[in-house]
Amino acid sequence: MTGAAGAPALEVEGLRKSFRAVRALDGVALSLHYGRVTALLGDNGAGKSTLVKCISGVYAPDAGVVKVNGVAQAISSPETARSLGIETVHQTLAVIDPLDVVENLFLNREHTRGGRLGAWLGVLDKKRMRAESGEILGRLDIRIPSLRRSMSALSGGQRQAVAIGRAAAWGQQIVLLDEPAAALGVEQAARVLELIRNLREAGVAVLLITHNMDRVTEVCDRAVVLRQGRKTAEVDVGEATKDDLVAYITGARAGDLDR
Amino acid sequence: MTDDSAAAGRLLPAHQWLARRRQDVGLRQYVVYMAALLIFGLFAVILRDDGFLTASNLLNIGRQAAPIAVMAVGMTFALASAEIDLSIGAICALSSLVAAEAVGSYGFVAGAVVALAVGAGIGLVNGVIAVKVRIPSFLVTLGMLGIVSGVARNMNNLQSLPIRNDTFLAVFGGGSAGPISSLLIWTVVIGVIGHLVLHQLRWGRHVLSVGADRAAAGALGINTDRIRITALMTSAAAASFAGVLLAGRLAIGRHDLGENLLLTVIAAVVIGGTNLFGGRASVAGAIAGSIVMAMLNNGLILMGLRVADQLIARGVIIILAVALSMREQKET
Repeated sequence: MTGAAGAPALEVEGLRKSFRAVRALDGVALSLHYGRVTALLGDNGAGKSTLVKCISGVYAPDAGVVKVNGVAQAISSPETARSLGIETVHQTLAVIDPLDVVENLFLNREHTRGGRLGAWLGVLDKKRMRAESGEILGRLDIRIPSLRRSMSALSGGQRQAVAIGRAAAWGQQIVLLDEPAAALGVEQAARVLELIRNLREAGVAVLLITHNMDRVTEVCDRAVVLRQGRKTAEVDVGEATKDDLVAYITGARAGDLDR
Repeated sequence: MTDDSAAAGRLLPAHQWLARRRQDVGLRQYVVYMAALLIFGLFAVILRDDGFLTASNLLNIGRQAAPIAVMAVGMTFALASAEIDLSIGAICALSSLVAAEAVGSYGFVAGAVVALAVGAGIGLVNGVIAVKVRIPSFLVTLGMLGIVSGVARNMNNLQSLPIRNDTFLAVFGGGSAGPISSLLIWTVVIGVIGHLVLHQLRWGRHVLSVGADRAAAGALGINTDRIRITALMTSAAAASFAGVLLAGRLAIGRHDLGENLLLTVIAAVVIGGTNLFGGRASVAGAIAGSIVMAMLNNGLILMGLRVADQLIARGVIIILAVALSMREQKET
């Protein structure tokens, strides 16, 4: 399902995206590797979320190449990204409040029953989805009081866990996490980190956007720093201190790549 | 409901039960059924000498509720997707004329099929303009209301078009299977289909998802344009079918059949627990809401109100009812 650990899963080259006069991404390159967690760092407005949205098909980049497993792909919609094995947890989580946990885990990935006619009509196989939901959450050790609860009845941490569980369940190759542990309590944030480690061990290539340097040093292998839409630094986390990373982010220190 | 402490003490288990249910589905789901019973009881008492409880009057309420309910089921999907369709009354009227015309020329099946196709086609135009040109659906369908009303008025120069096909009239109007009138059967059929589509089909869940959070649904790869367009097609096609049922019951097509039902239908759907702004929907509630609206119509007439006063009373009742049900919805 995934490539060999360390092999490139996703490569981005020369990615550009402007919103009217604002250059959100100005020629960014990035590569994610199987079994590695890459941190994407940068100040507010540095272009982190824009980059994630370009890879996940929410935005169409103005220029640049996105390769998945070495093959250039035009990711024209979120559905294209998902079908390439790229799953995203957006800042907003993209959970649907009135639907229950099972429905959220399987949204747009529903199992149907009743053969071809059932598939054409989209007759939901709720039993099967409920059973598999139990497995998915169990495998990731996510505890939710009831699978049939609507999302609006869950706590912030539980909602986040469902969103990450969904990405992990379908992201066979690449998982992009846009601040998945923001606004979480200490214990819940620790559980999110545990989930990320599980993904890495399963060989998934993970991109983690965060503002928390402790998280970078705890779970990330490499760190990429964006500043004003450009990549200003890329370092092995083991070779940089937290202070180094902060200096790159604020621009107090120019990264090797900054000219 | 009751703040009387003695009553509250006795009702505690029920309250606990409701509180538990409320977390998942919300008390609002039951408000419409309680309202239906309350209004029925009220009218049964105050209008007992005016014939409210007679079999023929109750059947009459059922017949009046049928087209409202059919339109309400369709409107439930439009509202669930966070769109609204203000053209349903006009589509209903035009469809009655189209059905009358087609029945005369091609027979009873064609009458219904052509009318439904016209409705779905208008819904498609509504949807494509709303989605692709990015005009809010309330504006697109408001414009379409005018266009369709005009077309209906031109079609037969404001004259009624009689329907003489007995099969059509039996199947879609005055006929019955045993003691059960065909209008009631159609209402139940449409209601059951609508409920199943909303809860058991992928499309129904996607409609709800798009209405609850369009950006999130899009980020998960759902084709939100397609969902919004098909939701508006559903409301329009349902309005067409309501027009077929009205034509069947009255044995005519006319440019204004069901034209004034728009507000009644919206009220029925919202009272039934569907959110006016998307993301929550109940087909069963919409049907119950339709019965409430039909009973109110009937009661006001039996009270002897003049047409002008009926209009005023109905307007006040609709605003109150919707305000109450939306307050209940906001709480949860």
